[in-house]
Amino acid sequence: MSGHSTYEPKSAVGKWFESRLPIMGLVHSSFIVFPNPRNLNYFWTFGGILAFMLVSQIVTGVVLAMHYTAHADMAFNSVELIMRDVNYGWMLRYLHANGASMFFIAVYVHIFRGLYFGSYKAPREVLWILGVIIFLLMMATAFMGYVLPWGQMSFWGATVITNLFSAIPGVGEVIVSYLWGGYSVSNPTLNRFFSLHYLLPFMIMGVVILHIWALHVNGSNNPTGIEKKTDKDMLPFHPYFTVKDAFALTCFLMVYVWFAFYIPNFLGHADNYIEANAAVTPSHIVPEWYFLPFYAILRAIPDKLLGVLAMFGSIAIMVVVPWLDSSKIRSGNYRPVFQVFFWLFAINAVILGWLGSKPPEGWYVIASRICTAYYFAYYVLVLPLLGLFETPKSMPASIADSVLGKGGSGSAMASGAASSPSTKG
Amino acid sequence: MLQKRVDIVHRDYGQEKRLMSHDRGCSGTVCPALSIEAWGSAWQPAPPARISHRRGEFSARRLAEGALDARMIRVTTTHASASAEPTRRDFLFIATGAAGAVGLAATIWPFVSQMAPDAATIAAGAPVDFDLGHVAEGQIVKLFWRGKLIFVRHRTAEEIKSAQNTDITSLRDPEADAARVKPGKDQWLVVYGNCTHLGCVPLGNEGAFHGWQCPCHGSVFDTSGRIRQGPAPINLPVPPYAFTSDKAIRIG
Repeated sequence: MSGHSTYEPKSAVGKWFESRLPIMGLVHSSFIVFPNPRNLNYFWTFGGILAFMLVSQIVTGVVLAMHYTAHADMAFNSVELIMRDVNYGWMLRYLHANGASMFFIAVYVHIFRGLYFGSYKAPREVLWILGVIIFLLMMATAFMGYVLPWGQMSFWGATVITNLFSAIPGVGEVIVSYLWGGYSVSNPTLNRFFSLHYLLPFMIMGVVILHIWALHVNGSNNPTGIEKKTDKDMLPFHPYFTVKDAFALTCFLMVYVWFAFYIPNFLGHADNYIEANAAVTPSHIVPEWYFLPFYAILRAIPDKLLGVLAMFGSIAIMVVVPWLDSSKIRSGNYRPVFQVFFWLFAINAVILGWLGSKPPEGWYVIASRICTAYYFAYYVLVLPLLGLFETPKSMPASIADSVLGKGGSGSAMASGAASSPSTKG
Repeated sequence: MLQKRVDIVHRDYGQEKRLMSHDRGCSGTVCPALSIEAWGSAWQPAPPARISHRRGEFSARRLAEGALDARMIRVTTTHASASAEPTRRDFLFIATGAAGAVGLAATIWPFVSQMAPDAATIAAGAPVDFDLGHVAEGQIVKLFWRGKLIFVRHRTAEEIKSAQNTDITSLRDPEADAARVKPGKDQWLVVYGNCTHLGCVPLGNEGAFHGWQCPCHGSVFDTSGRIRQGPAPINLPVPPYAFTSDKAIRIG
């Protein structure tokens, strides 16, 4: 966004409009000619996938809202009406519900990409923090969305999570009663959750725009973690990365529609097909799968307030990761010891998720505590200390070298040719 | 197209090595001989004018550097001047575009279709039966069908006569009374209950013709529900209905 683009409209109408609102030039400079490292792998396609999923959720959500009734007495039935009576209602509902799961699958791959390749390191700290904000907004949106069908899991999940805030000393009870709009999770709660569930995705969209803006200031990171040295390191976004992103999106969509059409209830919970009953709590309350790791952390700590702080802390700590990691090497590709700890962290996160689905009894509790301990230890011990002692592997001289290699066919020519454009340009 | 030209050059040469053997190497689709200036810092394909199609327009400097030999010029010229035959790339672009268009249409359709009345609404709008036995002579009864108000009027002999003895040509919306009732059932008038001006519900047994009068802007309807005075453009419409027996109708 620094300075004008080089876009020149061809038509008279184009010139007229462009001189008044240069949106074509903005799209051109940001998404057509914008240079990206030529060595990006498929982990870099998930940002585009996430943008698509946000639009998909908004579109399916808006049409679902045309048929949904946000009143405690009618919500459950309105969802069944959508499933049975609305044209393609079953499809829209399953796309929206499974879309949320796919959204979180993509965001976790996107976050783990950032953690592994050091995308959070300077000068991309603000980009990373904006991402954490988007993640928090996504979690709030998903939580409120799950309440809307007003099934047993909707109701009791809402009760458990809103009750968490009572742990806050002093103002906790008041906060909870303001969240509820009453004395328990009830119709006012449902109504305001519907309003906020409709609102928050547009907040997410705003932060996503800031996120892309921040990205474009310094450009994308890449698997080597080496910044651009010459134009030869880069390729224009179109057609190279538009097509790559389109291909990756197509593969992702195939998984998405597999769930939506063949196993639409696999990731859900059967108890949510029972209408909410304030007198009967299901034997095992679990949130949706994407919250399970944080749920496990919450239950691992025996104290109510500390458990809540640990759960929120497990996300808040991501904000300071740019300053916790002491390594001068950006990418995990060249940090062999880091790789071991990183994969342990990833496996640990999956185990925490599994533990979150289990009842908090017996050795599940011990395991949750060990895994929670490692989760935090990775951030506060491994990242700060490892960078001080680690010996990195040898790194290529540049992005182009990592792709084109030295001594390959034409590469001697290539490097000869490489210097020409930058001197000619 | 830039890419095509590069392809043609490489293809016609058959061996990339040949192209690379002079001091301008090629890598991937970046062919310095033809496009390096284009792909340089601006990252935009150069406008066609910068790439010469015509023989001999290459600068003396470039020829002197041995960047292009006469064969390359010849190739480029013959290629550019003839209309290019479709390449595999063209086919892939068009096939992908077509598949994408079909996919887009298939995706959009359900989102449009979901706005149509759903099965529950359609079921609620099914024809409704009405028993005429309880409607006394001179009485006007209101009922709803598909959310719209309907008047069922049991007309007196006087009302029937005044409806039938009307000069149709004097009406704003000419229509005979016989066309607005069922044969042999002149005493039963079934019309929609919203004024055809702007939709207010007209008041029964009011107005100069003892039919209906609309309080909003003064439209006056007669005992056949036809517009006589005021701003309404057309007669009160007759909904679809039929007699299921002598004393019962089905509306819809």
